[in-house]
Order: sequence, then structure tokens, then C-alpha cells
Amino acid sequence: MRRVEALQAVYAQLEHRVVVTIMGAVAAELQSIGHRLNFFYLQHAMGLASSIGLGIALSRPDQQVVVFDGDGSILMNLGGLTTLARYRPRNLLHVVFDNESLLSVGGFPTATATGSDLAAIAAAAGVPRTATVRTLDAFTRAFTDALASNELTTIVAKVDAVGPSGYVTDLSLLENRFQFQRYLAQTGPRP
Amino acid sequence: MSPVSTTNSQLVYDALKTCGIRLVSALPETWLVHLIRMAEDDPEMRLVRLAKEEEGVGISAGAHLAGVKSAMLMQNHGFLASINGIVSCGQLYRIPLLMLISYRGEFGERDPWQTEGGGVTEDLLRALRIPFESLDQPDHVGRRIHQAQTLALSANKPVALLLRRNLMWAD
Repeated sequence: MRRVEALQAVYAQLEHRVVVTIMGAVAAELQSIGHRLNFFYLQHAMGLASSIGLGIALSRPDQQVVVFDGDGSILMNLGGLTTLARYRPRNLLHVVFDNESLLSVGGFPTATATGSDLAAIAAAAGVPRTATVRTLDAFTRAFTDALASNELTTIVAKVDAVGPSGYVTDLSLLENRFQFQRYLAQTGPRP
Repeated sequence: MSPVSTTNSQLVYDALKTCGIRLVSALPETWLVHLIRMAEDDPEMRLVRLAKEEEGVGISAGAHLAGVKSAMLMQNHGFLASINGIVSCGQLYRIPLLMLISYRGEFGERDPWQTEGGGVTEDLLRALRIPFESLDQPDHVGRRIHQAQTLALSANKPVALLLRRNLMWAD
């Protein structure tokens, strides 16, 4: 499964949801499909996308929050999984694209390449719903089920270690940040 | 009875409430015990207990983007552990973080393990160009917390208040 295909497969389901992504390929690929005002791309601070998602989910229980994380990023904040699990917001879906590598800096293998199992780590941390998926169909199903489950879920999606040719887009970081904040301020509870 | 000042912790807590703070992230440390219990016992406050302080940067950033005012309670070693998040989330994205940092390792410190962090805290804040002020007397607590939050919000920047021994410790 390619990450960009996985993003395309669930893109329609992101329309009325609050989306936070990590930097690099995930941000560039989601923007290549189509930026929306409800998407925030954390273009640095590796590890903190899930923490930002938690902060939003706790502050706006009326919104459903989707975090697109990566193996390299979540490995920098494994303790954060215990914090997610501790508060287990029902309105947070945590997707980890696991390509077993630090792709944007040359593809060096992460610890998931040598057997570390992020879904098992999340489950052991106390995340109530976890899954590892390896195909586009399984990913789409797991994603749709998680949104309907009304329970904190971590989906680890095993994806190919391929990405876009570049990572810098024409959306400036601060433009994105302020338009995202404004979106949240102007958006009432989801129907 | 803990020598941490309950009275002055209450002053700090009340000032945070007056500023509209509704979410506090924290990692326990001795000087913060009363503040953390006050947040825990307050039905109007969301206390988020962290595994490591840097998470608090992300949680406060998320809360801010979602319209909730928050504060971070940490020891100065927690500040040291958070620096990448402060720079590459808080400063890069112009997030108004209100950081309350217990300033261990100053004159009067008895714990040998706290003494290195005390020596670098202010220099690091200056190097990071984080505006900061001390809280060391009860009579300025409310005003300085309010002023710190005002600057954080007008500048869209992280700011710090140093909780000092003379305020927090009652021996």
C-alpha cells in the first residue's frame, strides 16, 4: 500500500473532521490531493502531532479529530501514547503510517524495521482500539470503523517507503496555522 | 506537612483561573504538588498529566488552536526537556504558551541533582528569546501572571514565569 493511496481512499471522510499531520511526505501528499482549511500540518516538532491532536480533542469534544502520524515521529514520543490512553478521548483517531524508515532524510530504517510493533505498543499503553493493516481495503475499513466506533483508536498502516519528489509546498506554515485556528473558531458542533 | 507553600500555590492557581486558564498540563515535582492538586480538584479545570514535559507543548498548542486557554506546569529540567517542542512548535508556529517553571537549583537548593539545571535556566531562556519574569513575592503574583499571558497572546509567543524558592518554599 502506498501512503498517498491510503490518504486518497479516506479523503472524502476528512471533509468535516479536524486533521493534524506530521511533516514531510504526509503533509506534502495530503496537500497534493487537496488542502482544506481544517487540515493542519505540523512541519517540525517531531512527535508532537499526536499531542496536538489530544489538545484539540480535549478542548473541542464536539469535533472529531484525525491525526496522521508516522513511525519515525511517534517513536520520538512513545510516552505520549500513555497520555493519549490515559485520557482516551472518544473523538480522536490516531493513524500511524509506518514505512519502517526515515524516508525524507534518506530512508534509514526505524526500529519498526527490526520488529518493534507500534500497534502492540499502543495497545499496551492502554489505547482501547488498535489495528495493524497492510492493504488499502483493510485500511479504509479500519478507518471507517474507527470513526464510527466513538472510541480512541490507533491504526498502524504499513506503507511502502516511497514519497513525493519534494516536501516544500506553497502553503506557508503560519498561513496554515492561522486559517486552521479560524476554521475551528468558526465551526460549530458537527451535525 | 510539606514545606511547599499552600498559600502561595493558591495565589498562583487563583491567578491562572482569573486569566481564564481552563487546561493545565503538568508533570509532578515537589514544588508543584499543591498546584497540581488544585487543578485536579477543580471541576472547571482540565488537568493533563504528562509522561514528559515536551508533550505539554503540543497539548497547549492544540488547546490554543481550539480556543482554550492553557498553562504548562513544569520544573526547569522539564523546560530543558521541552526545548525542541518550544522552538519547533511554539515559536515556529507562533503559539502563545504560558509556561510556569519551578526554578530549582538556585541559592538555598539542598538537592545536589538539581544544581546544574539551576545554573543554565535563565541563560537558556535568554538564548531562546523567551520573555520571562520571576514570581518570588506574593504581592506581584496575580499581576505578573496576567501580564505574562497578555504578552503571550498579543505577541503569539511562548513566555515563562519562574516560580522561585522564596515564593514556593515555606521553610
